[in-house]
Amino acid sequence: MPVESVWPRLEPLLPQVSKPIQYVGGELHATVKDWDVAGDETVRWCLMYPDAYEVGLPNQGVQILYEVLNERDGVLAERTYSVWPDMEAVMRAQAIPQFTVDAHRPVKAFDVFGISFSTELGYTNMLTALDLAGIALHARDRSDDDPIVVAGGHAAFNPEPIADFVDAAVLGDGEQAALRITEIVRAWKSEGRPEGRRGLLMRLATDGVAYVPSLYDVDYLPDGRIRRVTPAVAGVPWRVSKHTVMDLDAWPYPKKPLVPLAETVHERYSVEIFRGCTRGCRFCQAGMITRPVRERSITTVGEMVQRGIAATGFEEVGLLSLSSADHSEIGEIAKGLADRYEGENVSLSLPSTRVDAFNITLADELTRNGRRAGLTFAPEGGSERMRKVINKMVTEEDLIRTVSTAYGNGWRQVKLYFMCGLPTETDDDVLQIAEMAKHVIAAGREAAGRKDIRCTISIGAFVPKPHTPFQWAAQLDWETVDRRLRALKATVMNDRNYGKSIGIRYHDGRPSIIEGLLSRGDRRVGAVIEHVWRDGGRFDGWSEHFSFERWSAACDAVFAGSPVSLDWYTTRERDQSEVLPWDHLDAGLDKDWMWEDWQDALRSVEVDDCRWTPCYDCGVCPSMGTEIQVGPTGRPLLPLSPV
Amino acid sequence: MSRQPDRPPPPPVVQRLRIRYAKRDRMRFTSHRDVARALERALRRAQLPMAYSAGFSPHPKVSYAGASPTGVASEAEYVEIALADKRDPDDVRRALDAALPPGLDIVEVVEAAPGASLGERISASRWQVELREVDPAVAGEAIERFLALETAPVERPTKDGTRTVDARAAVVTLAIADHRPSVADIRQSAGPGAPPGGDFAPCAILDLVVRHTTPAVRPDDVMMALRQAAALPTPVTPLVTRLAQGLLDETPSASDGTPDHPVQLIDPLAADAVEAPPQ
Repeated sequence: MPVESVWPRLEPLLPQVSKPIQYVGGELHATVKDWDVAGDETVRWCLMYPDAYEVGLPNQGVQILYEVLNERDGVLAERTYSVWPDMEAVMRAQAIPQFTVDAHRPVKAFDVFGISFSTELGYTNMLTALDLAGIALHARDRSDDDPIVVAGGHAAFNPEPIADFVDAAVLGDGEQAALRITEIVRAWKSEGRPEGRRGLLMRLATDGVAYVPSLYDVDYLPDGRIRRVTPAVAGVPWRVSKHTVMDLDAWPYPKKPLVPLAETVHERYSVEIFRGCTRGCRFCQAGMITRPVRERSITTVGEMVQRGIAATGFEEVGLLSLSSADHSEIGEIAKGLADRYEGENVSLSLPSTRVDAFNITLADELTRNGRRAGLTFAPEGGSERMRKVINKMVTEEDLIRTVSTAYGNGWRQVKLYFMCGLPTETDDDVLQIAEMAKHVIAAGREAAGRKDIRCTISIGAFVPKPHTPFQWAAQLDWETVDRRLRALKATVMNDRNYGKSIGIRYHDGRPSIIEGLLSRGDRRVGAVIEHVWRDGGRFDGWSEHFSFERWSAACDAVFAGSPVSLDWYTTRERDQSEVLPWDHLDAGLDKDWMWEDWQDALRSVEVDDCRWTPCYDCGVCPSMGTEIQVGPTGRPLLPLSPV
Repeated sequence: MSRQPDRPPPPPVVQRLRIRYAKRDRMRFTSHRDVARALERALRRAQLPMAYSAGFSPHPKVSYAGASPTGVASEAEYVEIALADKRDPDDVRRALDAALPPGLDIVEVVEAAPGASLGERISASRWQVELREVDPAVAGEAIERFLALETAPVERPTKDGTRTVDARAAVVTLAIADHRPSVADIRQSAGPGAPPGGDFAPCAILDLVVRHTTPAVRPDDVMMALRQAAALPTPVTPLVTRLAQGLLDETPSASDGTPDHPVQLIDPLAADAVEAPPQ
């Protein structure tokens, strides 16, 4: 039965809200299918990125799944994003439900409501969307008519804090998993929905495609720690594993990415040149949960860029990955693309690069025709000791050599990323960041032969993440983070010789504490999220909306009389025997190996990248049945015939 | 290091094309910047031989003649593009229209003739204002009260506070339009945005001609004055469409604003379309 579009009721209200274009859809390559495209067999997905349209639209995960699902017969996928508070007020006043931007259909009418969480700070926005959609906030209160709510994205590797609100979570790569869920939903619908909603959730859980939190019991010890997590029903697996797409060349998405009318945070054609990273930075959740490294071949990259630029009219190509310069044929890719688009005003960008002189050659190639404005590197730790702890194998000599080459080649600004609050960090480790910046300027002035070069240091507060060797670490309290950063800033600003050449950027440490709560929280944190949302919490990733006081007060209210607290979840170090909330969720990493790596970190012992050195038994490949896939292939970038 | 890029200068302009386009249906919610981005991407997808500016970040030579406000539909927006290679204007119209999202529609493309610039050929706009749930008789009385005013100052919020404009002074014509097609008719044919018919009766449709002044007086300002100074009730946000832009035909006999002699605007592309460009 067709559902009614909310558009006729929405349109007259749009002039009242800010940036109405974000709610109208109509992007190039947007897909609107008949609601009953395959009759009763139709499976309907609503995909959400739980942030504002300008942030959510460019999201690769959502765009890939949107295209993969819509390419299939009998499947339709539409998108929805978080509405700004002014729109939320209008929708509540006029009883307009959360809608998709494609055909303005109510979210509640879909079969599956998939939400992609890149960050935990989107959790309150999920509650807004559920509530506006008219879907019960708590999974247990939903009826057979409600969609199943599925979480994905990196944050889904510990979905326990949102276990009350989601029906299921998918770990890892979504392409094949989304299609598997589609098949299961279709079979369940065509059989007449046996055993209703619970029947469907059982099928998803027993298949292994998704984790269904409601089918697990969590018991706690008197001191607040978890005693155990056990399946509540027979047939449900003890552990749920992540999904890994093993042949990226077989999944060349996005082919026709959405081209928005509204201005968004990334305006470019992005292609993942590989997935996974084995550099082994101990703080990096992405590098741990996306193993092993799987390269997309140079030929596929070349074809995707050619088709993508032709289909979109974008002027910029982003070569994405966790460490793009590590692709085995990155030099050939960069040169090939620079040659192909010479004189065509298409620029290339390589967002994540390591500290390495080779990257300057690469960056020079990418900016062959353009301006050499700024280069970015991420040493992450200011002192040599700190970098050994986090396994970021960069010496100060490497860095100085690299930036000297950059300044010498005409680059005028270098940006350096660091973290504050890393395990074992002292005040002095943070002050070393200033020393490093001064050395960079000194070497740069010499190499460039001029004084007007700049270095910007940007510092974020470290948040320990699940499925990393630092998952046991105590998060540093925000007062100490703020004090160390203020001291660093004073040291930089007071330097007569270099102070004016160094810029420093950081945010206050409090949002990181809340991110820490949501990252390593368990099911008891759900009540805090709901409390904050009911108190008006929205868009927590935006500093103008985030309120630490609101979160802190919610923790006090919810945890009163219990052994746990905001500090308990964040600044408390865990020991080896503690059952962690995500232990039953399997990213493939061997827990014993991670503990050893954590101990190595404390002893400043480094570990090499397994792409080029022998396996060190992190556990992923054997447990997931995967393997490292790297080139070089020796093939050319370009298909010679037009595509 | 040189502040100029190390490469040959861009190829010269050999042809200028003037384009009339429409913002229809949901595309009325695009801002001017949104339209500019969409158009520049469409120019790339249509693979037109654009002329580029020199410098470190070369951009295609595109110049816009005014732009209707966000939320206002238009049948008559104008832009001029410069090409580094000659193209048939009608081929360009088809290619560009196909490359733009539905609702941003290319109406006409002509080769620019020498003489007055686009900007010099536009001094006023004709707007259609659809007042849903407003009785035409009630609207007519408010219009009479408005036209009798000497001045109609209205305050408009801006980035730096508020600015006061005289909504009366710039108005050339304001009347109930009885012979014009309603925007609803256009929208009915335009697809998914079209509302179900018959929902908005009664509906008053106004014909409004406003001189382009500095600061600009927008249809919004006139509506504000109608509400505030002439007590017009507007229960639903008015639907506004720009129907035409051009030079006011100031010859007294041609247009005195009476129903028999409606004010006319001279099509800014007429001169280009008639004269064959000398080469």
